[in-house]
Amino acid sequence: MSVYYSEDHEWIEVEGDLGTVGITDYAQGQLGDITFVDLPEEGAEVAKGDSVAVVDSVKAASDVYTPVSGVIAAINEALADEPELVNTDAEVGGWLFRVTLSNPSELEELMDEAAYKTYVEGL
Amino acid sequence: MSGVNTAGWRPSMNSTEGVATGPVTASGDRALMLEEPLIFELDGEGKWGVDIDACERPMASALAKFARKAAPALPGLTEPEVVRHYTRLSRQNYGIDLGPFPLGSCTMKHNPRLNEKMARLPGFADVHPLQPQKTVEGALEVIEQLADWLITLTGMASVAMSPKAGAHGELCGLLCIRAALDARGETRDIVLVPESAHGTNPATAAFAGFKVQTIPATPEGRVDVAALKEKLGPDVAGVMITNPNTCGLFEPELKDIADAVHAAGGYVYCDGANFNAIVGRVRPGDLGVDAMHINLHKTFSTPHGGGGPGAGPVVLSEALAPFAPLPFVTRGADGSIHLVEEENRGEGHDRAFGRMVAFHGQMGMFTRALAYILSHGADGLRQVAEDAVLNANYVLRSLDDVLEAPFGASGPCMHEALFSDAGLPEGLSTLDIAKGLIDEGFHPMTVYFPLVVKGAMLIEPTETESKQGLDRFIASMRRLAERAKAGDESLHAAPFYAPRRRLDETRAARKPVLVWKGDQTEG
Amino acid sequence: MRYLPLTPADRASMLETIGAGSVDELFRDVPEAARQSGPIAGLPMHASEMAVERHLSKLAAKNLNAGSAPFFLGAGAYRHHVPASVDHLIQRGEFLTAYTPYQPEIAQGTLQVLFEFQTQVARLFGTDIANASMYDGSTACWEAILMAARITRKGKAVLSGGLHPHYGEVVRTMAKFTKDDIASLVPELTAEADDAAVIAAIDEATSSVVVQYPDIMGRIPDLAAIAEAAHAKKALLIVVVTEPVALGLLEAPGHLGADIVVGEGQSLGVGLQFGGPYLGLFGCSEKFVRQMPGRLCGETVDAEGKRGFVLTLSTREQHIRREKATSNICTNSGLCALAFSIHMSLLGGEGLARLAARNHDRMQAVVHRLTQIEGVTLLSDAYFNEATLVLPREAREVVRDLADRGVLGGVSLGRLFPEHGALHNGLLVAATETVSDEDIEEFATALAAVLEGERA
Repeated sequence: MSVYYSEDHEWIEVEGDLGTVGITDYAQGQLGDITFVDLPEEGAEVAKGDSVAVVDSVKAASDVYTPVSGVIAAINEALADEPELVNTDAEVGGWLFRVTLSNPSELEELMDEAAYKTYVEGL
Repeated sequence: MSGVNTAGWRPSMNSTEGVATGPVTASGDRALMLEEPLIFELDGEGKWGVDIDACERPMASALAKFARKAAPALPGLTEPEVVRHYTRLSRQNYGIDLGPFPLGSCTMKHNPRLNEKMARLPGFADVHPLQPQKTVEGALEVIEQLADWLITLTGMASVAMSPKAGAHGELCGLLCIRAALDARGETRDIVLVPESAHGTNPATAAFAGFKVQTIPATPEGRVDVAALKEKLGPDVAGVMITNPNTCGLFEPELKDIADAVHAAGGYVYCDGANFNAIVGRVRPGDLGVDAMHINLHKTFSTPHGGGGPGAGPVVLSEALAPFAPLPFVTRGADGSIHLVEEENRGEGHDRAFGRMVAFHGQMGMFTRALAYILSHGADGLRQVAEDAVLNANYVLRSLDDVLEAPFGASGPCMHEALFSDAGLPEGLSTLDIAKGLIDEGFHPMTVYFPLVVKGAMLIEPTETESKQGLDRFIASMRRLAERAKAGDESLHAAPFYAPRRRLDETRAARKPVLVWKGDQTEG
Repeated sequence: MRYLPLTPADRASMLETIGAGSVDELFRDVPEAARQSGPIAGLPMHASEMAVERHLSKLAAKNLNAGSAPFFLGAGAYRHHVPASVDHLIQRGEFLTAYTPYQPEIAQGTLQVLFEFQTQVARLFGTDIANASMYDGSTACWEAILMAARITRKGKAVLSGGLHPHYGEVVRTMAKFTKDDIASLVPELTAEADDAAVIAAIDEATSSVVVQYPDIMGRIPDLAAIAEAAHAKKALLIVVVTEPVALGLLEAPGHLGADIVVGEGQSLGVGLQFGGPYLGLFGCSEKFVRQMPGRLCGETVDAEGKRGFVLTLSTREQHIRREKATSNICTNSGLCALAFSIHMSLLGGEGLARLAARNHDRMQAVVHRLTQIEGVTLLSDAYFNEATLVLPREAREVVRDLADRGVLGGVSLGRLFPEHGALHNGLLVAATETVSDEDIEEFATALAAVLEGERA
């Protein structure tokens, strides 16, 4: 099991061919209070870089891009009632969706935790 | 002696020393600071404020099967109760009538009451949009006269009067461009929009089926002309430019841009939101503009009404004029006025792209705007622009030593002065200045717009503010800037003296409560 | 000039502060060639309040206003008695001269009104929620179609032939550019609304069905049956109400299966105003709230825990979403919503029901009297305050002849549907509480005379 990060501040935790995607703690901090999360439909086919979810705060709506291609396997139903999970627990309980990877080699283009940390510090 | 004070009432001025705050009142009101429940919470059982004549016949039997089972569950109140409810509510609002309202890009100028009186003349207020034309010639004449003024003031060929508001006008202009391209048999689908544009510009372009490409701004706050020209080509339908722009600056190269766009086969849309800065001094038609909406509720003083109704007629160049939507009012060579609708579009307006609204547009606003325009005349309107620009520059130069003016060095501004929170200490921001301004008794400026400036504060005093009023505003702004620079954290908690403290917008958005359900039990 | 407070001395001292020699210097960014050196040629100079009033009063006097003639027009704009307090209250400067309530601490008046308005509209329509109003009924109708397409992810809308033709034109105009598929049914001069044709037109590709209630000819469609047929094909039923007073008497569309209910709110509080400004009403089921267009006001609390109101869910709007916004609508029709809300508060639900009954009563009197005229027949006997009368000849001319006799006698279907010749003998007649027995008698006398070919 390993975790990867994108430059758009998504994280993906991969186990076998299943990836769990969310936004990073840094990103939620930048957005402020999350008020609503619009999630994709299960079974939808997505390509790396597609805008598949939207995270709303009071004054902004931010697109979430999938860091990998595949099929949406699950969505985090808990966010419908508790969007604030993305604020309080961004990298565990505030996950957005699970995706069955169709091209695991795409992971190679992502950062590991240390690289992402350096990347964020440089912003 | 007579007049002995037997009642015992003696005016006195007791010392307030040592009394930190007043008492908590039983009513929750504090003298003229009045709380007001929802109208549904007032006792509306078995009352009404309108007397209605009794019926003479039973309901037609054919209608019975459609009858409502129960009347809508809404309270009725008598007239005194209703008048009091809304009057009390009104006092929780700030309006132009109360003081300066320097909301950048919104042009909150005085709304002359003559306009209101004229719009209420029965000959305008009490005519139906589908009356036979010969019974509404005066109404059509108002539309035509206003159209004529707008055309002449802008130096354009024609005007589409029916759009209901600014964004609706933008849509009208872009649909005219789309129709003109269709007529040429071209499918250009890109519209160029500067990054400093109001959000409605890209939204409208997308709505009209165009793809939006963004043009960067220069460090001086203007459109990057070189970058724009580079993007021109056979796929570009046109550009949308705001002039004066959202940073409060005139775009001196608009004519040059327009020539380049036209040479590349595109059209120029100008967002006329800031027309107040140049009305009577500059005609957009001379700058190569093909379409521009005019917010009658900004430049021409029709009331904002707490969020509409607006009105957004669109002036059009020769190239776009034939495509203006129906209904369309024209004046014949003999001076007679004609209303062109679907049934007679063949009479000179057969290329109209369609219809945008049910009737004639915002007639009530046309009457108000015409009253305002006639009051000012060509000379007065020119003075409007001059005083608006003078007031904005006065604010700019009276505050640029205490607040960062990002484009202050670029020269004079037009009708609005732009500042940022860049010079404030960490943790104090534009929002705090804005909320502090509420406690000072002013409506805040536009905040966090334009997006190209971080922590933007856009101040548009308008021409209807006196020097004395501006000086009071400036003094308050200077005080707030000083408090912020001194690290006065209490600004975070402002406002203190408004009907409400800061409101929890996150809570409102997470679990939206959009209607009252106080009379419904759970489950 | 009476609206400009700066004196010449003020201007001079302000220029000094600015460090400019003249106002012209402030316009130095305007290219020389585009500068107007003086007032724009060909336009008159300023005028006194008295002069402007004289000019506009003359123009107003050229119109025949509804209150000074027997008046029977409807077709999407209705003349009701507006209580005097409504116009007084909306002219309070705190309402009239306020902006969109983006600073909620000093806009609770406007915001609470919007919250009350949303509740009133939702209860009138029988929907869970309603928005803070839109431009007018026709634009609200188009927005509803777009919303249904977003929800169903399908793009075909079926328009009943009973939909106001101007609303249909707006929809078709917009759809031309957005490439939505619009199936417009042909209006027919029949006693029944076109429910059967609407139901037959619904297929798997249909995203929404748009039905007017009562329809443009005054007939009343069976919404429940249409809702059932629409839902069976996973399409949404959009109901359009151009006369909200009707809902004092008729069952609320939301209670009959409508998913989205839109309408024109002009009838209450606003007045005729030659077509605008009016206000669009928009209600729907709560589950669609994130797909709903237009401004929304929501309840919350302030820092001291007091109840307060804010504009909310604004991330749907274009100033934030830019090219991804849910609609083109930026503003609402705030002052008209205020007028509607005040009028509704004066009526209450029971008062609205009585007002509706009185409207229907008046219309029955009109029908009773006019159908006594030879050759005049009633199209459908299920009507509210408006019905189609079928004349022995084209109604367009008849309406003009009636106007020559000082009677504003309805709207001809020929004006509304110029391309449908089969409808041209139809005369759409409306009667509200403002119609008197004398008005009806004058109308009947004039109509009989016109039909007999007498010259005015």
